[in-house]
Amino acid sequence: MKHPLTKTALAAAAFASFAVPSFAQDSIYVPLLTYRTGPFAGSGVHIANGMRDYLEMLNQRDGGIGGVKIVIEECETGYDTKKGVECYESVKGKNPVLIGPYSTGITLQVIPKAAVDKIPVLSMAYGLSASADGTNFPWVFNPPVTYWDGASVFIRHVIQAEKGDLKGKTIGLIHLDAPFGKEPIPVLEALAKEYGFTLKLYPVPAAQMQNQGSQWLAIRRDKVDWIYNQGWGAMNPTAVKEAVKNGFPIDKLVGVWWAGGDDDARAGEAGAKGYKTLNFHNTGADFPVMQDILKHVHEKGLSQAKKEQVGENLYNRGVYNSMLIAEAVRTAQKITGKKAVKGEDVRRGLEALNITEARLKELGMEGFANAVKVACDDHNGHNKVFVSQWDGTKYVKASEWMDPMKSIVRPLIEAEAKDYVSKDAGWPKRTEPCEKG
Amino acid sequence: MFYRESGQFKKTYAADMAVFPILQDRIGIAIILFVAAVIIPLFGSTFFISSVMIPFLVFSLAAMGLNIVTGYTGLISLGTGAFMGVGAFACYKLTTIFPNVNIIIWILASGFFSAAIGALFGLPSLRIKGFYLAVATLAAQFFLEWCFVRIPWLYNYSASGAIQVPQRTLFDLPITGANATPVTRYLVLLGIVVFLTWIASNILHGRIGRTFMAVRDMDIAAELMGIRLLPAKLMAFALSSFYCGVAGAVMMFLWYGGGEAADAFNIRQSFNILFMVIIGGLGSLIGCYFGAALLSAVPLILKFGFPAMGIAIGSQTAEHINHLFVGSLIIFFLIVEPHGLARLWQIMKQKLRTWPFPY
Amino acid sequence: MDLASLLLAPAFFAFDLLGLLKSIFVTPFADMAAMPDLLVQTIWEGLVSGVLYALIALGFVLIFKASGVFNFAQGIMVVFAALTLVGFHEKGVPAWLAVFLTLGVMLVLAIAVERVVLRPLVNQPDIILFMATFGLTYVLIGLGEFIFGGEPKQMIAEQLYIPRGPIDVAMLGGRVTFQKIDIAAAVIASVMIIALALFFQYTRIGRALRAVADSHKAALSVGISLNQIWVIVWFAAGIVALITGIMWGARSEVSFGLDIIALKALPVLILGGFTSIPGAIVGGLIIGIGEKLAEFYWGPLVGGGIESWIAYVIALGFLMVRPQGLFGDKIIERI
Repeated sequence: MKHPLTKTALAAAAFASFAVPSFAQDSIYVPLLTYRTGPFAGSGVHIANGMRDYLEMLNQRDGGIGGVKIVIEECETGYDTKKGVECYESVKGKNPVLIGPYSTGITLQVIPKAAVDKIPVLSMAYGLSASADGTNFPWVFNPPVTYWDGASVFIRHVIQAEKGDLKGKTIGLIHLDAPFGKEPIPVLEALAKEYGFTLKLYPVPAAQMQNQGSQWLAIRRDKVDWIYNQGWGAMNPTAVKEAVKNGFPIDKLVGVWWAGGDDDARAGEAGAKGYKTLNFHNTGADFPVMQDILKHVHEKGLSQAKKEQVGENLYNRGVYNSMLIAEAVRTAQKITGKKAVKGEDVRRGLEALNITEARLKELGMEGFANAVKVACDDHNGHNKVFVSQWDGTKYVKASEWMDPMKSIVRPLIEAEAKDYVSKDAGWPKRTEPCEKG
Repeated sequence: MFYRESGQFKKTYAADMAVFPILQDRIGIAIILFVAAVIIPLFGSTFFISSVMIPFLVFSLAAMGLNIVTGYTGLISLGTGAFMGVGAFACYKLTTIFPNVNIIIWILASGFFSAAIGALFGLPSLRIKGFYLAVATLAAQFFLEWCFVRIPWLYNYSASGAIQVPQRTLFDLPITGANATPVTRYLVLLGIVVFLTWIASNILHGRIGRTFMAVRDMDIAAELMGIRLLPAKLMAFALSSFYCGVAGAVMMFLWYGGGEAADAFNIRQSFNILFMVIIGGLGSLIGCYFGAALLSAVPLILKFGFPAMGIAIGSQTAEHINHLFVGSLIIFFLIVEPHGLARLWQIMKQKLRTWPFPY
Repeated sequence: MDLASLLLAPAFFAFDLLGLLKSIFVTPFADMAAMPDLLVQTIWEGLVSGVLYALIALGFVLIFKASGVFNFAQGIMVVFAALTLVGFHEKGVPAWLAVFLTLGVMLVLAIAVERVVLRPLVNQPDIILFMATFGLTYVLIGLGEFIFGGEPKQMIAEQLYIPRGPIDVAMLGGRVTFQKIDIAAAVIASVMIIALALFFQYTRIGRALRAVADSHKAALSVGISLNQIWVIVWFAAGIVALITGIMWGARSEVSFGLDIIALKALPVLILGGFTSIPGAIVGGLIIGIGEKLAEFYWGPLVGGGIESWIAYVIALGFLMVRPQGLFGDKIIERI
């Protein structure tokens, strides 16, 4: 009688929460937090398709991982933290083997929860750089590289291109004015001191992503030699367009790996030829694994992606991410001897993750990716990265695999992790034993 | 039949002026409070408590804040999100500078910081109103949003730029941080919201509330009656921002548990809360609850409810339908019942009083 | 908290007062004088974004004049129109036909808005109508995403014969780059404003529109159909939206991210006045140029990124001095 509407709404919601189907014990539940709507959908759709298709391919081709079927469930986040947390809460009770938040904002949210809920977080080359410190963040993994590694590889690339001398050069960072965008600043500042170049920052407010005129004018004024672009979503195509428009030498604009969408470069049309982006996997559909995806998923009409999108950079990024998930689960199965592994097992699996060249060949990914190794105290691995370049129609590999400057990045990570932990008196000490891997 | 006040005599003026003059209303409130404080914590699932009830309460509080300035005083504000953010950052700074003071005190105290900022940005309201004021509050929204990113002091210079909610306890029970269970967080939040609703109800039914409404109905007439506009409007902004600030603080500390705060308090949040107030009912406290319940529940039902009931709608479609639904609902309510759900509720109560014999 | 923390933030301690004053009042102007080509470029960039703000504001003004509705949905109408155009073209419709079909859609939208939203809300307080357009905004976002999907799209600039590419002009000891598309946008905007002015001045409908803007009741009493007029102004605003959408889309891309930028039209309106078409244009240019200059020359002082709010602050300051705007009618309030 009282509050009819409140009650109806609550009842419906309560129904929703209780009626969640529980999955059979002999399956592996992999929730995918994806975003196909919202201002960042342009990038999110491709990643979502890639992630989904690889896992679906494993289901179709091998019947899952180690004979256990994968239950794939997407939850729409819209790249919005609130919706992401809702997703997390809704999948938490269903025994997920891990969580991939696919947004730095959502990652920051779930990091404190991971240890409590016993669900490992895999934030592949995004999220909190400091979480690479496994001693303080036993439940968080961010292989293969951190943003800080990325920035150092960018500088390495600049050193190579400038024949070793950065004295008197000006290097600019154009970045989204949000935590994600500001990530590379500490490393670039440290490197500026070491190599004697001037660092200039060009923040782009989120509301101004499509209106970067003043930043690029400032870049022109400051006579910047190289630009590193830490952007996402609509910011990237606009940055490429503006660079072309302002006559900035496009091969001196290098994007972080998230600024490497095919659509980002296409926006600059002919002028974008030569645009560079960091990468840790190759593009193209010629790899056996891609052919399997085409055969087992696309030909059966199980994919939401168009055929020509297979092999695009962000699609392949999704595939790479799912490969890490699958390999972590497989490693967990090997260590524990269990078939239907749980979050705690997969945490161990992630910690012992060691994807060798031989293993990559087995996966049909020879030449697609480089070896990845994660360790107990190093949840990132600081693996190799290369520079790819837009040739007008696709990204091609334009450099060797380069090591990040671990000697500079690692101390920063450890200091930052200590700082993070010190700010929270209740932060749990690591009790999980190390894996011998 | 059951909802009838015959036989209940009011012998004092106080009884006649009471917020709940009818016995059945008082019983009803008691039942609701009992359900909220006992039944839900005991029987609600974790998902229900943490993703339905907690957001609902946080939004109710924020909607209450906006309703004070927009519904009761008639000054439209689009800066709610930013004022909430001020509360969240104030609470974070306070609790990291003085970690030994109980967090609940800081949550309530953070409201005062927000109130000060709110009053500052409310200053133009003396000269302007309507759309003009809306633009002035937009200035507050964007400027504060910029401050949240640009002033590293606010987030203690952390590299990630995020608020990191530390663990704080009440009677040795963690109420914030990752170790706080949803039920404890919910109960603390419920206590704060009920307490603040009680305060708001008393303020709004009293002299201050009447001042606000006089200003809303016609400011010049109010001025002629001896109401000083500047203090009244600033008071409305301050009180409103106080509630928004507390809402922001509880949002970060009891719901989100930290994270990218600047992003959580953006312009879309402001719009969202404005919609709750419109749909719930301008100038009604109970409307805040209705609006918050409807607008926080609908997306959840679309996203999780329908798939769980076996109706497969894609996650994208759910998102699109949500937009369509909220938009049409706003238009629908403005046309059919501009006073929102609260008015419908009132009409229903009137009907119930005489049911089943309306004549 | 904001001012206090601004002062407390260590970055601000680093300045001594004299240095601060110098960096506010001397350095930016020295910069301008040192590199005049960049100053010209900045003003040009501001001019271009100002034209786009002005176009959005123009849509607001058209509707506000005729129906007293403050149409918050104008920004989203821009996106919706552009999306419809691109959507039709993706379905294989030739570009010119797609433009006409989109115009048809905008007409249907105008009729629907009049029937569903405006007619039932006649005589309601302005603020209710304002909020109704919030609802309209959400409906349009939902509808647009529902039909065309959420991902950003490329504008079909080539098919619409919009010139592209830069023109480099050597001047003032440097180089100033003009984009052909920006010039085109400015030209089209001017043509449209002239066309609108002629339309208002010399056609039957235009006169009826002006009559309605002056007084609803008087217009009704001489036999002007208000409902018809509303459809016409909403359709006109739809055309303006489509043109804005094409221009904006060709500069960056067509996506719902534009709705926040469209809010910049609000300070433009405050500057120019809600009822003045020249006001919308002048206001747009002032805001566009002002925020670019502020960001470029004074932004670095506080770490940049002030472009997101400076327009609102300019408008706010302006409100204090002249609430009715540059060209707006004086507001007379009765008790």
